[in-house]
Amino acid sequence: MKALLELIVGDPQADRSVPPTGLTARLTVFVSVVMAFLAVITLAVSLTTGRVAGLWAEELAQSATLRLPADPATADALLLSALEVLETTPGISSVRALSQDEQQALLEPWFGPDLPLEALPVPQLIEIVADGDGYDADGLRARLTAQVPGAILDDHTAWRAPLLEAASRVRLIGWSVILLIGATIAAMITLAAQASLAANVQVIRVLRLVGAKDAYIARAFVRRYTLRAGGGAIAGVILGVIVVLLMPQGDPGGSLLMGVGFAGAEWLWPLLIPLLAAIVAFFATRAAAFRRLKEQT
Amino acid sequence: MIELDRVSYGYRGNPLFSHLSLTLAPGSFHFLTGPSGAGKTTLLRLCYADLRAMGGKVRLFGQDAATLNRDAVAMSRRRIGVVHQDCQFLDHLSIAENIALPLTVSDRAGEVAGNLEELLSWVGLDAQARQLPPELSGGERQRAALARAVIVSPDVIIADEPTGNVDWEMSQRLLGLLIELNKMGKTILIATHDLAMIRSMKSDVSARVLRLQGGQLQQAGAEL
Repeated sequence: MKALLELIVGDPQADRSVPPTGLTARLTVFVSVVMAFLAVITLAVSLTTGRVAGLWAEELAQSATLRLPADPATADALLLSALEVLETTPGISSVRALSQDEQQALLEPWFGPDLPLEALPVPQLIEIVADGDGYDADGLRARLTAQVPGAILDDHTAWRAPLLEAASRVRLIGWSVILLIGATIAAMITLAAQASLAANVQVIRVLRLVGAKDAYIARAFVRRYTLRAGGGAIAGVILGVIVVLLMPQGDPGGSLLMGVGFAGAEWLWPLLIPLLAAIVAFFATRAAAFRRLKEQT
Repeated sequence: MIELDRVSYGYRGNPLFSHLSLTLAPGSFHFLTGPSGAGKTTLLRLCYADLRAMGGKVRLFGQDAATLNRDAVAMSRRRIGVVHQDCQFLDHLSIAENIALPLTVSDRAGEVAGNLEELLSWVGLDAQARQLPPELSGGERQRAALARAVIVSPDVIIADEPTGNVDWEMSQRLLGLLIELNKMGKTILIATHDLAMIRSMKSDVSARVLRLQGGQLQQAGAEL
């Protein structure tokens, strides 16, 4: 905590005791910009996937379909019985028998637009919309079996589970990529700090001989690399957010590619990236500096 | 102040000296002479814990140097001003900043303003204060190194060939500064191979002259 406070407050003299480095500094900033940019894009895709999958799953969870046997002789009676059962079932907010046109539209992708639906034994479909608490699917099935023989209730469980699983995997991959980006920043900062420490062996020797403690010497390197990583990450986040804002926007429920971006509190995530990059750089440089200093007299 | 008790040291398995003892009492003045390669610089480095003895004990201000952690070594070095043979500086900082370095690394930057101007004047480097170390002559660098060594008012000043790169007149002036510090109570240890310089100082200071040769440290005699 004390080290973090010293880092924020800074010590201009300690900073000046280490000479500025050209290429290493520029590379550190460049890599931080790129990594932060990639982190923003990954976050946007990952969060959007989770959000859209959640939306789809919620929609599927709220609705169900009842399929009645395609027997013209009993169709009307079964429909009436089914509607009666459904309308008296707690947890169901609305039920609606699909019209012939709607059923034709559903079959069109497989049979084409000229399908003579009236000539085919197509089962009648009833759309069920649940209220907030939902309904007892097993209880409803039991009642339907008794009162509407042959009716099949599809509550979309078979569709929803793999969708949620896929969304969960995409989010996991997203966070794994974020972790890898963090590890890459740590590795890059460690390499850069070690190169800088190696290039400043003489400076470190002089500082030690005039009585500088390791913490004083390390501070100059730590502050420098922490600020570079944090500053570069800020630039990368700004670039990433601009790209995300330029992505085509549309109904996120319609297509994943139309809704990539952040929503509501998700906007806090990109703001955390520079802070996380700086924290990673702080600890990576500190570890590298103390390790190197211990090797030196 | 600093005590070497039967200390041994060597490089790559070859002993440079063994069972060597030396005590630097407070306010004492020592010259350390000997041929090149005898181990004068090594002996000095043991005195400010830049090297760890392979045998025996080095005590810095009453503490066993072998048991000091890195922070404690740094604290000890704040009580020892060192003038190196090659006058190492931070080349990107001005001479004034280099001289003030021991204060700034000790979180005593507030004392710089009061001490620096007087010190620059004392060593005759007022005009060079803003210059970078590579822009200075050998003599100017030696004087700057001396100023840096004394700015924290250390108890002990260790100088390795402080007159090695300067002419006779400048060497006399630098030694005069060290003698002045000794009269102020500072303990001085100077390594040099310049016997003529030691002879010229004998009347000005009560110094003990030691000779390191063949791994043995002895009181210098007839050659002086």
